[in-house]
Amino acid sequence: MTSPVLVGKNARRFTAPGVIPGFGLTFGYTLIYLGLIVLFPLATLIWWASGLGLSGLCAIAAEPRVAAALRTTFFISFAAAIVDLFFGLIVAWALTRYDFAGRRLLDAFVDLPFALPTAVAGISLAALYSPNGWFGAPLADYDIKIAFTRWGILVALIFIGLPFVVRTVQPIISELEVELEEASATLGAGRAQTVLHVMLPPLAPALLTGFALAFARSIGEYGSVIFIAGNIAYVSEIAPLLIVVKLEQYDVAGATGIATIMLAISFAALLLINLVQAWSRRRFGHV
Amino acid sequence: MRDVSLDIQPGELVALLGPSGSGKTTLLRVIAGLNSPDRGRVLFDGENATNLPVQDRHVGMVFQNYALFKHMTVADNVGYGLRVRSRRTRPSRPAIKARVAELLQFVQLDGLGDRFPAQLSGGQRQRVALARALAIEPRVLLLDEPFGALDARVRKDLRRWLRDIHKQTGLTTVFVTHDQDEAMELADRVVVLNEGRIEQIGTPEELYDRPASPFVISFVGEAVALPVTIADGHVKFGGHELHIDTHGLRSGPARVFFRPADIAVAAEGDGDLEGRVESLRRTPAGVRATIAIDGYDQTLEIDSPLEHSASLGGRVPLSLAKARIFPADERDAYVDAGDGI
Repeated sequence: MTSPVLVGKNARRFTAPGVIPGFGLTFGYTLIYLGLIVLFPLATLIWWASGLGLSGLCAIAAEPRVAAALRTTFFISFAAAIVDLFFGLIVAWALTRYDFAGRRLLDAFVDLPFALPTAVAGISLAALYSPNGWFGAPLADYDIKIAFTRWGILVALIFIGLPFVVRTVQPIISELEVELEEASATLGAGRAQTVLHVMLPPLAPALLTGFALAFARSIGEYGSVIFIAGNIAYVSEIAPLLIVVKLEQYDVAGATGIATIMLAISFAALLLINLVQAWSRRRFGHV
Repeated sequence: MRDVSLDIQPGELVALLGPSGSGKTTLLRVIAGLNSPDRGRVLFDGENATNLPVQDRHVGMVFQNYALFKHMTVADNVGYGLRVRSRRTRPSRPAIKARVAELLQFVQLDGLGDRFPAQLSGGQRQRVALARALAIEPRVLLLDEPFGALDARVRKDLRRWLRDIHKQTGLTTVFVTHDQDEAMELADRVVVLNEGRIEQIGTPEELYDRPASPFVISFVGEAVALPVTIADGHVKFGGHELHIDTHGLRSGPARVFFRPADIAVAAEGDGDLEGRVESLRRTPAGVRATIAIDGYDQTLEIDSPLEHSASLGGRVPLSLAKARIFPADERDAYVDAGDGI
């Protein structure tokens, strides 16, 4: 199989020859699979949505129910990713830096949200946090409702996103030498200063990546959320659910419209995160 | 670490020497406050620092892997200890900048302040680590295997350079090494450690001339150990009697230690020992002979003047100029064998 990229005299500039050849082959496969699996379906989506036109898309976005659902999805996803950022860092730190009985088991638990069918997670969370559940009942005494509110969505999305942060940050933490902390301490830095100036900067790129992954995953999350959210229109209805609702009402144009808007916002958000990422790599690039 | 007592004079350059696992790095970390002792105290200028946290000890520590902050420039690394001070004691920005420039010049890295550690060679990184430790004007400078990660030629240069730095700063300096040449060449006093205890503290001369234990004599410089028995004040090796003073030693098994330089080919019928010449090699000074001593499983190399050169495979008498004798099992007890014969 020859790749079209290597044809022509400028092909050499595209890549430096390395020990392992096969740039043409791997790049060709990359393009084909990325095209077939990712880009083609997305292109179809945009193709369908293009029938609506920009004004049509704006009209859909302006629908109060759609706007509310989009707001819910993006804001709560963002909030959940922020929470995951902090908890994920702490979990990754504890699992990497300290050796304790059951560490490996605990480490394996981190991946469970990856493996569990999300609907199962949603149902379990809903059962736990519902007003008569194990967590929900005591909280209800204080008039705190989690399940079937926006807080329920937040809980589900935190659950879904945590492993992304933990798994991206862990290898970087294990590469950080303990001597760095010790050097900082011998130079007179307090604990907070050591964390802020010595530990966090090298972790920043990985933290950002983890945050972006958790955020992206949360935006698209459907299975776990619909069981705990209560799905009240204008309040706790997420955009992916609204797409399904529209499809069930045979409103394909409306569904593709929402999907296209989500795609655009997600793409913009991830692009922004990537730009910050690139900046931080330049800033802390010598890590 | 067991029962370690060490008194370091202000301005002294002290080496902690020992094989790996001997506790030398642990001792250094206890001084720095990175490890806390189960028992015992650490005093700085007579002031108890045992419970003083690392941050407040003002020790300049250079780690074996340098532990430079990779995301900071060289200048930011060096200035770190000044920037993290509390607002009250922190120098102004220009003052920090000036101090950093001065330190970089001191360690011969001027002009490299904007580089990142990854862009420096090993020797340069080590000097950055040193400048960073000096920036806080430490009470004591601690170096963990300062030359461990460098190639032999850079090591030689840095040794001389560290000696100069010590002279110029007058800082009390403690460094850890497993390389006896390094310790002997650099230090005013050497602390020999083995299995968590101090075997001997002394100047390089004292360690060479009056080693206090079998461990010291075999770790510091080359030594040959002969298993002997003491009976009624006489030292017997195989059928030979060695003329070594055994004053204060009980009868029983013992070991005689001597340096290869302290044994020479003797006149016929005049030797303490006898050996068989295994190989002969011509050197500028004479002949180097590899000799197998009867009843000893290792060979030893001696330089003999040409007129003594024996034939290959022939037997030669050997005389000991200087030796030390230690009881075989009591590791700490020793007597000075004196200049022997």
